[in-house]
Amino acid sequence: MILGKVTGTVVTTISHPHYKNRRLLVVQPLTLPGDPPQGDFVALDNSQAGIGDTVLVNREGNGARQILDNPDGCVISVIVGIVDSLQIEEL
Amino acid sequence: MLFGRVRGTAVASIKYPDLTGMKLLVVEPLNKHLEPTGPLQVAVDVVQAGPGDLCVMVRSREAALAMQVHTFVPVDLALIGIVDELVVHPDDQFDFTLKKGSIKYT
Repeated sequence: MILGKVTGTVVTTISHPHYKNRRLLVVQPLTLPGDPPQGDFVALDNSQAGIGDTVLVNREGNGARQILDNPDGCVISVIVGIVDSLQIEEL
Repeated sequence: MLFGRVRGTAVASIKYPDLTGMKLLVVEPLNKHLEPTGPLQVAVDVVQAGPGDLCVMVRSREAALAMQVHTFVPVDLALIGIVDELVVHPDDQFDFTLKKGSIKYT
């Protein structure tokens, strides 16, 4: 799972049945200072996240199929949590 | 999952048998600001998109699972939604760095 920030919303009227009645959000992964920025991506919302929220994203299809309870689901990225706080140790 | 813009169509008369009847589109992968992020690619269309449409695409094994009839097919990019509305806030509104120590978000 990765940490990311929700920066946008996507509305798709015509979409695959596995995506019907679900929200798609634009997520930008978080990186350590000095590290190159990672590419943004679109994720299915399973946690009622909104723009500006720091979220936990599962970017793996089998986990997504378990979360959505659909053994043939064609979803990869799912927002599975909203992060309240982080503790990063100085090493 | 990522954004893509439909740039054209691809026709292959000889292809893997289970892909017969599937529409192939030439797409350009885009980032959230709709800037191109790589070379043109071919995606299978399951939402009847047309040239110029902004779409959401899915990669890897899940692209094959998006097919309607045969899901065990050699496909690694599929269009799964046509974008009607996209709201993306500017990057300077957010902090994308993980600072050392304790960070509270709520």
